[in-house]
Amino acid sequence: MDIAFLSSTMVTLLKALPVTLALFALSVTIGCVLALVIVWMRVGGNRYLAAFAKGYIFVFRGSPLLIQMFLVFYGLAQFDFIRNGPLWPLLREPFVCAVLSLALCTGGYSAEIFRGGIRSVPPREIEAARAIGMSGFLLVRRIIAPIALRYALPAYSTEVVLMMKSTSLASLVTVWEVTGVAQRLISHTYRTMEVFLCAAVIYLVLNFIVLQAMALLEHVLSRHLRAAPPAAKV
Amino acid sequence: MTLAVTAVALLIGAVLGAIVAAAKLSGNRVLSFLGSVYTTVFRGVPELLIIYLIYFGGSTAVTAIGQAMGYEGFLGLPSFAAGALAVGIISGSYQAEVFRGAYLAVAKGELEAASAIGMSRALRFRRIIMPQVLRYALPGVGNVWQLSLKDSALISVTGLAELMRTSQVAAGSTRQYFLFFIVGGALYLVLTSLSDQVFDRAERRANRSMPSAMGQV
Repeated sequence: MDIAFLSSTMVTLLKALPVTLALFALSVTIGCVLALVIVWMRVGGNRYLAAFAKGYIFVFRGSPLLIQMFLVFYGLAQFDFIRNGPLWPLLREPFVCAVLSLALCTGGYSAEIFRGGIRSVPPREIEAARAIGMSGFLLVRRIIAPIALRYALPAYSTEVVLMMKSTSLASLVTVWEVTGVAQRLISHTYRTMEVFLCAAVIYLVLNFIVLQAMALLEHVLSRHLRAAPPAAKV
Repeated sequence: MTLAVTAVALLIGAVLGAIVAAAKLSGNRVLSFLGSVYTTVFRGVPELLIIYLIYFGGSTAVTAIGQAMGYEGFLGLPSFAAGALAVGIISGSYQAEVFRGAYLAVAKGELEAASAIGMSRALRFRRIIMPQVLRYALPGVGNVWQLSLKDSALISVTGLAELMRTSQVAAGSTRQYFLFFIVGGALYLVLTSLSDQVFDRAERRANRSMPSAMGQV
């Protein structure tokens, strides 16, 4: 064991950590908003919007993320109207492409998770809310969203961990995040095992923190379930 | 090639998953700790990293063995073997959890009844546990298959000419990136939706002895 080499590797890799975290935070945030829009289309009752949302979910869940990322990074540059368009300075950046494809992909998965959450809201609660005169946005905000969020949380935490792991794919479109830097280190030092194990440890710690945070959130959100006496549980 | 590598990976994963699930359920503290470490590590580390690790690390190991046996020079692990092994190890960690869940879903009373009429452990495993675990695990295994199918696209980084790598090469040599990646993506969609139907059929067949209400989750 070469402690000096391991620690210097760790320091180099940790310098790339902000990029990984930025990829993760941006794509999860954008993806979450996107998922909310899609799930609204999916359950909103408009037939065409629902069909579009279904198609979106099918495409983005059915094909590998790598191919989506390459499509955005290499594929879009092929068209002249995008090259000459106003968004080109943004779409030229590999980082933006990576965030875009990660967000699009997680949007599809999360929409399905949120739909599961919405479907598990007991219809009785919605009827009760309607009976006392709630409607539209108030119904969603006070009744459906809080309950659906709590039901969707366990599955959503899995999706968030998957996203953390997916950020490593950004290295293949030349974003210098942890995996990319690890690869560059290897091409300099030829010490595969040590460098990749260091990177693996970083990801494990990150995922551990994410899972703990999610568990904490779940704990806070289900306070009322713990307070209730066992007999009152559904 | 994509299908072959995914199928081999799923088989490796099934064997590993069964072993790890048995370890986690064994009640032996050391074994179940080792099982938890396996599932935590391989579900917590990016797939891409694991593929790199197995591909390069495996080559290093093979070279070391070769040198110990008196062979000079570098020996590479074939990319098919490395890729299938890597995806297999990943899917093994997911399948272990699937099998564990399925085992826990077998009703306790049935196990007790089997013991009560004097079945030995092996017979009980074969007649009572196996058929039910397989039925309960089928939807989960279908999920893992879809995951592995998409993970197999990552094997392209080792140079194995599967669907992803082929579309990459075609896109690079013709400069028609968009076209070839769209076609590649569409082929993956065909594969995933076809396998969805296959698993649907299998599930219906496995559940044909059950009351219809149980088939619909």
